[in-house]
Amino acid sequence: MKTRVFVTLKNGVLDPQGKAIHHALEGLGFSGVNDVRAGRLIEIEHESGVSKADLEAMCSKLLANMVIENFEIEQA
Amino acid sequence: MRAAVIQFPGSNCDRDMAVAIRDVMGADTSLVWHRESQLPDGLDLIAIPGGFSYGDYLRSGAMAARSPVMQAVVEAAGRGVPVLGVCNGFQILTEAGMLPGALMRNAGIRFVCRTVKLIVENSQSLFTSGYDAGEEINIPVAHHDGNYFADKATLDRIEGEGRVAFRYADPVNGSARNIAGVLNDAGNVLGMMPHPERMIEAIQGGSDGRRLFEGLIREIA
Repeated sequence: MKTRVFVTLKNGVLDPQGKAIHHALEGLGFSGVNDVRAGRLIEIEHESGVSKADLEAMCSKLLANMVIENFEIEQA
Repeated sequence: MRAAVIQFPGSNCDRDMAVAIRDVMGADTSLVWHRESQLPDGLDLIAIPGGFSYGDYLRSGAMAARSPVMQAVVEAAGRGVPVLGVCNGFQILTEAGMLPGALMRNAGIRFVCRTVKLIVENSQSLFTSGYDAGEEINIPVAHHDGNYFADKATLDRIEGEGRVAFRYADPVNGSARNIAGVLNDAGNVLGMMPHPERMIEAIQGGSDGRRLFEGLIREIA
């Protein structure tokens, strides 16, 4: 089984990398971009016995830093 | 006096830290590999050094914070053993939940490597008794992820409890309220981005870092 975990910065947490990407897009001549936030996608291949609760624990214990990030779990 | 400096794959300030602790504090200092699950007995100080543990994979300090030795560090800190985390060590301590907040990419995106002015905010702690409150000192920084973040309630709480040990005199990396170093609630764990171990004698450009270790000797002797 494959599960995808999306880790994103919480609202209100400044994202210097997103800001730099935004500036770079403007530098390439793309207009109309209002904001860019950068996150992380983690793909996990696992046995079917791994539960949603296990995946949530993986996220909160390691994959995301709950001080600054949120996570979303997408199961295939 | 006995001290341990923890080594992770990618640590690069471990030897400087051990030299500072040996030379200034005269402590019997051992280097402890991150795979160890036990620390030497009778430690008076544990230092988590700077570097790029695990290549900063996932987040700076994230992998190191989950390595076997950190469980022993958490237990020792709980018994009151002083723990000093510098640079990557500060990142590891926040990732391990031993200090509040998180260290994010510098606001200016760039790696910052220069000597900065710090203000000593709390001179009453184990780690800062060698300084006067409000004193300005010069200590180098060298980091990419030193931008301290915590929510407003946490910032207000740590400020109110005197747990901001050091503040940058001028903005360096976008840190909330210019915070450069933070203490835990018991006061025996300090995390700081600047490197006191790189300022222990004149040949290094100054000795303002030396006084952190000198203050520690008096507090724990």
